[in-house]
Amino acid sequence: MPEITRAQVAHLADLARIDLSDAELDHLAPQLAVILDSIKSINDVAAEDVPPTSHALPLTNVFRDDVVRPGLTAEEALSGAPEVEQRRFMVPRILGEEA
Amino acid sequence: MSRGVVSTGSADGSELIRRTASELADLLAAGETTSTEITRGHLDRIADVDPDVHAFLYVDTRGAMAAAEESDERRAAGGIRSALDGIPIAVKDILATKGLPTTCGSKILEGWVPPYDATLVAALKDAGLPILGKTNMDEFAMGSSTEHSAYGPTHNPWDLDRIPGGSGGGSAAAVAAFEAPLAIGTDTGGSIRQPAAVTGTVGVKPTFGGVSRYGLVALANSLDQAGPVTRTILDAALLHEVIGGHDPLDSTSIDKPLPPLVEAARQGASGDMRGVRVGVVTELGGEGYQAGVRECFELSLSLLVEAGVEVVEVSCPNFVHALATYYLILPSEASSNLAKFDAMRYGLRVLPEGIDNPSAEDVMRASRDAGFGDEVKRRIILGTYALSSGYYDAYYGQAQKVRTLISRDFGAAFEQADVLVSPTAPTTAFRIGEKVDDPVSMYLNDIATIPANLAGVPGLSLPNGLAHEDGLPSGFQVLAPAMAEDRIYRVGAALETLLEKQWDGPLLDRAPELVARVVEPVETTDRASA
Repeated sequence: MPEITRAQVAHLADLARIDLSDAELDHLAPQLAVILDSIKSINDVAAEDVPPTSHALPLTNVFRDDVVRPGLTAEEALSGAPEVEQRRFMVPRILGEEA
Repeated sequence: MSRGVVSTGSADGSELIRRTASELADLLAAGETTSTEITRGHLDRIADVDPDVHAFLYVDTRGAMAAAEESDERRAAGGIRSALDGIPIAVKDILATKGLPTTCGSKILEGWVPPYDATLVAALKDAGLPILGKTNMDEFAMGSSTEHSAYGPTHNPWDLDRIPGGSGGGSAAAVAAFEAPLAIGTDTGGSIRQPAAVTGTVGVKPTFGGVSRYGLVALANSLDQAGPVTRTILDAALLHEVIGGHDPLDSTSIDKPLPPLVEAARQGASGDMRGVRVGVVTELGGEGYQAGVRECFELSLSLLVEAGVEVVEVSCPNFVHALATYYLILPSEASSNLAKFDAMRYGLRVLPEGIDNPSAEDVMRASRDAGFGDEVKRRIILGTYALSSGYYDAYYGQAQKVRTLISRDFGAAFEQADVLVSPTAPTTAFRIGEKVDDPVSMYLNDIATIPANLAGVPGLSLPNGLAHEDGLPSGFQVLAPAMAEDRIYRVGAALETLLEKQWDGPLLDRAPELVARVVEPVETTDRASA
C-alpha cells in the first residue's frame, strides 16, 4: 500500500478544487497518512468473488410519472446566488484569459 | 470558569419543560395547557440556558409562536392534525427549512436561506409541530463531538466542559437541557445514537429509506438517515410515525408502510418480554469499552433476562472492519456530494487574493478553502484519494465488498436473534478539545453504531445508567432487521421501564440543574440574564 506524500495531498486538493495553504498541507498530510494507515487492513478482508454493495436497499430504476408539477420560480432559484444579472447566475470567467 | 446558578422561568413554563411530549399531548387534550404556553416555556428556557449550552444556531421565536397560536386555534375548533399537534420541536441545521437559515454548521452556507422545505420539515409542519429553531452540528455532519461546527461547540448539559456527541450534538443537548421536548437528528455513522448515549437521551436511526432524505443536505447518500431525538421511547415512536413513510421525491424511499411503532412502545412498556431473543454481539464490547459503560450494559442485560428474554451470544466477525469500511465509503460519497459547493449558484463566494480577473476555478478554490473547515477538508481529500484511478479498486472497491460481508453478518445474526444489543458508544462524553487533533481516536466513538448504517438496519439508543468512573450517562443500543423498527421500540420501552423503576424516575432527573448565567466576566455578556 503506497504512503501518501505531501505532494500527493497537494495534487488531491487541486483535484478537489480546494486552495490549501502551505500550513494546511503541513497539518493535513501527516493526519491523512495516519488515517490511511488505520484503514489499509481493508485490503485483505474480502475474497475475489464477494459482490460489492453500493447501497443497502436493492432498488433499481425508480421513476415517477412524467407529469408537470410546480418547481422553484427563477427568483426563488436565484435567491441564494452570490451574484445575479438579468435574472441569471453571474459567474466568473470560465475560459482562459487569452480566449 | 464557573457557571452561575439560579432558578429561572415562570412556575408554569419551567414545570412544563420537564414534561415528555406524550405528557404534553395529554395536557393539551385535557385542555390544561396550550401550545402557546408550552412553546413560550421552551423559548424562555432557550433564552436562559442556551448561552451556556449552545445547542441552537438559530431560534425562530416568531415562527414558533405563530405556529403555536395556529395549533391552539385548530384545537379550539376541534380539528388537530396529529398526536403531536402543538408540541414544539428543534431541527438539526442540515435539513432545509423554507425561510429559515440552514448552514450545516459550515461557513460555506452562512446566511443561506432555502427556498423550499425538506419533506421531513413539511411533515412536521403538516402535523402541527411548531419549529423552535435549528440545532448545532459538526460541519456537514462530519464528527462525533459537535466541536467541528464553524459556529463553536455545543456543551453537554451533564458537564458543560464536555462534548454532547456528534454530529447531532445540538439536537441531543437541546432535548437533554429541556430546551425542546423533541428534536430531529440525522445519523450517517451514529450521529443520532452516539449523542443520545452521551447526553442521557433517546435517539433512533430508522431503516435506511424509512424517512425521506429530500431536503436533507447529503453527507453520504447511501448512509444518511434522519430520525427522532427525544427523552423517552414513546416520544420517539410518536415522532417517528409523524416523519416516516414513503416520499416520491426521494428515490431511495421505501414504498411500504411502517410497522405500528407507538403500539410496540406501549406493549414493551407493559413489561412481558417472554419469547424475545436478544443477541449480544461479541465484537461490540470488551476491549476498548470503558469499564463503567460495560457495567451499565451488563446490568441492563440482566434486567431484560429477568423480564423473560432469551439471551444468545452472536458473532459478527466482519464488524471489526466496519470502521475502516466506513472511513472509505463515507469520504468517497462526501467528496462527490460536496463538489456542489462551487461558489456559483449559492453559498459563500470568495475572490482569491492577488489574481486579477480570476477564473471560475480560481474562485472555487479560494471559496472552498475559506468555507470548509479542517475535518471537511480531510475527508474530501481522503475521498478524492479513495476514488482516484489506481486506488479505486484497492480502497473504495474493497470497502464495498466488505460492506456486503457486514450485511451478511447481520443476516446470519438475525436468524439467531430478534434484536441485537450492545453499548451505543465505547465511552462516556470526553472533554471538549481532547480529541480535536486526533481524528482516528475520534472516529472510534462510532465503532458500535457504524455497522447499522452500512447495512441500512434500524437502531435505537436509550440511557442505561451513569458510568461509575465519571458519573456520566451511558447508552444501550438495540438493532433490528430492516423495517422491523417495532422490535427496537418494544425492547427499548421494556428496558426503559425496568431501568426507571430502579432509578425511581428518568435518568435526566439526576443531571445537574442548568440555570441562567449570572456573572460571566470573560465571554460576551449581552445575552446574560440574572
